[in-house]
Amino acid sequence: MEFLVSGNSDNVSRSRWLLLHALAVFAFLYLPIAVLILYSFNGPGVGGFPPRNLTFNWYRTLFSDGAIWDSVFNSLEVAFAAMAISLAFGIPAALALDRSNFPGKALFRRLVLLPLILPGIITGLSLLMLFDLASTKLSLLTIVLGHGTALISVATTEVFAGLQKLDRAQEEASLDLGANYWQTFWRVTVPNLKLPIIGAALLIFTLSMDEIAVSFFLIGRENTLPLEIWGRLRRGITPEINAISTIIFAFSLVTIVFWYRLRVRAEGSVEAGAELLAATDS
Amino acid sequence: MFSRAYRTIVTVPPLAWVAVFLLVPYALMFCYSFWSVSSAQTIVRSWNVANYQELLQKPVYWETLLRSMWIAARVMVFSLLLGYPLAYFLSFYAGKRKDLLYQMVIIPLWVSYLVRAYAWKTILGSDGVLNTLLQYVHLTSHPLDFLLYSPFAVVLTLTHIYTPFTILPIYASLEHIPRNLVEASHDLGATPVQTFWKVIFPLSIPGVVAGATFAFVLSLGDFLAPLLLGGPSGIMISNIVVSLFGAAYNWPLGAAISLCMLVVVVSLLFLSERLEKKWSFS
Repeated sequence: MEFLVSGNSDNVSRSRWLLLHALAVFAFLYLPIAVLILYSFNGPGVGGFPPRNLTFNWYRTLFSDGAIWDSVFNSLEVAFAAMAISLAFGIPAALALDRSNFPGKALFRRLVLLPLILPGIITGLSLLMLFDLASTKLSLLTIVLGHGTALISVATTEVFAGLQKLDRAQEEASLDLGANYWQTFWRVTVPNLKLPIIGAALLIFTLSMDEIAVSFFLIGRENTLPLEIWGRLRRGITPEINAISTIIFAFSLVTIVFWYRLRVRAEGSVEAGAELLAATDS
Repeated sequence: MFSRAYRTIVTVPPLAWVAVFLLVPYALMFCYSFWSVSSAQTIVRSWNVANYQELLQKPVYWETLLRSMWIAARVMVFSLLLGYPLAYFLSFYAGKRKDLLYQMVIIPLWVSYLVRAYAWKTILGSDGVLNTLLQYVHLTSHPLDFLLYSPFAVVLTLTHIYTPFTILPIYASLEHIPRNLVEASHDLGATPVQTFWKVIFPLSIPGVVAGATFAFVLSLGDFLAPLLLGGPSGIMISNIVVSLFGAAYNWPLGAAISLCMLVVVVSLLFLSERLEKKWSFS
């Protein structure tokens, strides 16, 4: 656009202010993360300026801290199980929204989105009441059910957006050529939806790993990682928490880069989670 | 082209799951809010409105609700003030770096909510990074104690957490503005400032409304940041609910408060949907 680069001095100074603002906002967004990582190497503890006695000791302490690793494995178990539930019900739900008419369709569409839009406490407590009524003992299983249910909409919206772009002629051809619905689903529909499904799976996985507001009310005796951290925050804090968070952040970054490249290679678009955002908007 | 059996198979399981794990729990919360607790600490399932009367009579409840709304409103305004110019910069001035900068807005979301709140705690504490820095450069001789355990800390942390949530929808709506409208406005003699306020801003209102709703609703129901950083003056409505479901053991009253919160939230979502429709471009 010509006028944006027309050397108009007003415009240049305006874009300079916007650039400064952008830098300031990014600084604000990244400051806590930078502090978090830096102080994971800080000898004396989590605070204090300047950082001194840089050390890997906190990582060493972390690696021999059984309770943290137990909670990490619990979180991984929960995240995988929640992912399986959300996909197992979210993908059919997307197909249903795309291809079937049933009473309460509009209500259903809104209902599945609610856990993402409502404060977590409401979903957490409602589920607590359900499990209490059913006399279910709280455990990792109840957390799995909570996450699995709350995150169905992630799978549904991502896959639904994929279905909107899907060329139905391929499925029709498959059916016409004698494949049954089951074969068509696995050999035509799913391969075409590979990207939205992987995207949804990654998103569900990370959201579940981070989730605390719902888990807070559904926890039994075993902790997930965020709840383990929460427990430690109330007892007094050490850079061990910085260290584990730094490691998890590094893993997330690797995942993002992996996802980004996959998506760019496939369709040159980079708005991971954009469908979800668009869906929760309305 | 899809048979009745196919449509049934993709529709019924997700519908049943969502009914059991979302609809029933939310309905249960509604029921609980009309029940009561006996002196022997058991739930009495007789219908009455005593919980709601108590809410109206005891100022602590609605005062805390109002205070939470005030905190949420500040978070919303600050997130928009930080987020809008950044989204505008990304959409109109970032050029080739657009994709990279967009990803940089998302990356902080991959650091767990709890960990970011914790990082702010290590920054704001009386022997935290900020206070020791200020003393190090001799700006103050005593730690500033309003930084942590105050509504300020809660607003700051929640603003940090929800700013990306406002940037993303605003950016999406700015990206959807046809660039030839902007050029037309310029060609017809409008100054850049006029173009912004008469063309660009009105067309971005749906994104602003969506972002504002996210920030307000999600911070309204937050209970972890206030517990971690708020101190006694930063208590929010969800903290009362948590204690009613915990030590205070009055689930029905807690459910009634949650339901009030739910009503506030759902009416806001409804309102924002109407506003977005009204202002959407097409």
